[in-house]
Amino acid sequence: MDAKRYELNVQLAQMLKGGVIMDVTNVEQAKLAEEAGAVAVMALERVPSDIRKDGGVARMSDPAMIAEIKKAVSIPVMAKARIGHFVEAQLLEALRIDYIDESEVLTPADEECHIDKTKFSIPFVCGARNLGEALRRIGEGAAMIRTKGEAGTGNVVEAVRHMRTMNREIRQLALMPVEEVTGFAKNNGLPYELALKVKELGRLPVVNFAAGGIATPADAALMMQLGCDGVFVGSGIFKSADPALRARAIVKATAYFNDPQKVLEASIGLGEAMPGLEIGQIPPEQILAKRGW
Amino acid sequence: MSVHLVRHKPDLIGVLDLQGGVHEHLEHLERLGLPYKRVKQAEDFTNLAGLIIPGGESTCLARLLNIFELKDVMLQHHRRGMKIWGTCAGAILLADKVLGEKACLGLIDMEIERNGFGSQLDSFKSEAVIKTVSNDPIPLTFIRAPKIIHAGKDVHVLLRIDDYIAAAENDSILVTVFHPELTGCLALHRYFALKCGLNPATENLSAVHKNWENSSWMKLARIAS
Repeated sequence: MDAKRYELNVQLAQMLKGGVIMDVTNVEQAKLAEEAGAVAVMALERVPSDIRKDGGVARMSDPAMIAEIKKAVSIPVMAKARIGHFVEAQLLEALRIDYIDESEVLTPADEECHIDKTKFSIPFVCGARNLGEALRRIGEGAAMIRTKGEAGTGNVVEAVRHMRTMNREIRQLALMPVEEVTGFAKNNGLPYELALKVKELGRLPVVNFAAGGIATPADAALMMQLGCDGVFVGSGIFKSADPALRARAIVKATAYFNDPQKVLEASIGLGEAMPGLEIGQIPPEQILAKRGW
Repeated sequence: MSVHLVRHKPDLIGVLDLQGGVHEHLEHLERLGLPYKRVKQAEDFTNLAGLIIPGGESTCLARLLNIFELKDVMLQHHRRGMKIWGTCAGAILLADKVLGEKACLGLIDMEIERNGFGSQLDSFKSEAVIKTVSNDPIPLTFIRAPKIIHAGKDVHVLLRIDDYIAAAENDSILVTVFHPELTGCLALHRYFALKCGLNPATENLSAVHKNWENSSWMKLARIAS
């Protein structure tokens, strides 16, 4: 990927700012998401809460299903490849979708290496729990970052933790004298040049969305107020009682995240949210956020 | 000596702040020394000489305009003389015909095709001279851009490339399918400010700002203040 292509890929993510990216598993859901005002859809066979329930190995989705969804909507289409599975990424690039999510929601294919994203023309979004993880992915060529949160739980606590961690580290970096950056970068696993860039910008050098556990309009507004640029909603929409209503409500709350009156209006009469999961009750080996590093 | 009775002339440029490339436009207006504001509520339209509808996703923007009843407010202010510039998704909202779907604001006589080039892999950068705007070449960034496939007789075509129109205007509306806010070039922002009857800074008219980087908008979106 040359510098120009990388810039275009970062800029596509900029155009998604303030928007909601929704997980969809078929054409009907994709159309519903587009109609509700999603800025992009994530095409996958099973939403994270089903992946969690079903267990086993979760892989890239059936390309035929992704292609159908791509044909059905005019908003950008994203799809997931397993961490380190660069051939799944090659297939998604050959499918000419718009963005690849190298995702911990799928079973990792490589426990040592993430995909070398600089080899691709297609943009990548990657999950992160802290600043070091975010900058390592950007160093590998990611054009967009999202918090990992804990997908498929309907519990926003991990997304909040990851966002607050990143913000705290960004603030520390911004305030420290430059001679302290080397040590901070070493201790937190930050690529040094990118650490300097973050210090200058006072934020991540690419768009950063929140993901993993967002289930209500208030959750979306919470993440926006914490400083993310937009939100991913996975299981939260299509595992709720009224997906169309909830999808629209989360779009509204994300756009007007600073306006409690409007978030309130968006929150009324939505029916049941998806069932939530307490993080402490998930067996440690089933925590998705720990996949990748 | 009744100066205080003179009605305040609209002197601001607003950027519709619902979704999309808002900061990028604000940053360009700041470079031109123009007073600007974010537009999110009906009352924000007061005193706007011009409004920019940024790039983003047009279905999302259209839905939010409808739900929050901003569409009629925008049309009212357009009738009182507010100029509007739409970039990319903004151009789709302003068109009075959208291929295969319903138009939103319908303020310029043209037909536009959403996502006219293909996927993100077909996004590209190029440059062109737009004579009406500047004698120097203007850098162009197309991101999943729409194509204007036809313009009516009252519409002035500013830039035609191959089989499509990339920029056009009528008396009150400017449309570009590319993103001047994603380049260091201020020529189109300056052109729009003049269309709105404002006086933008005159140095660096069209030359690309040397100190501009794609991250320049981030100073308006810092986490660490």
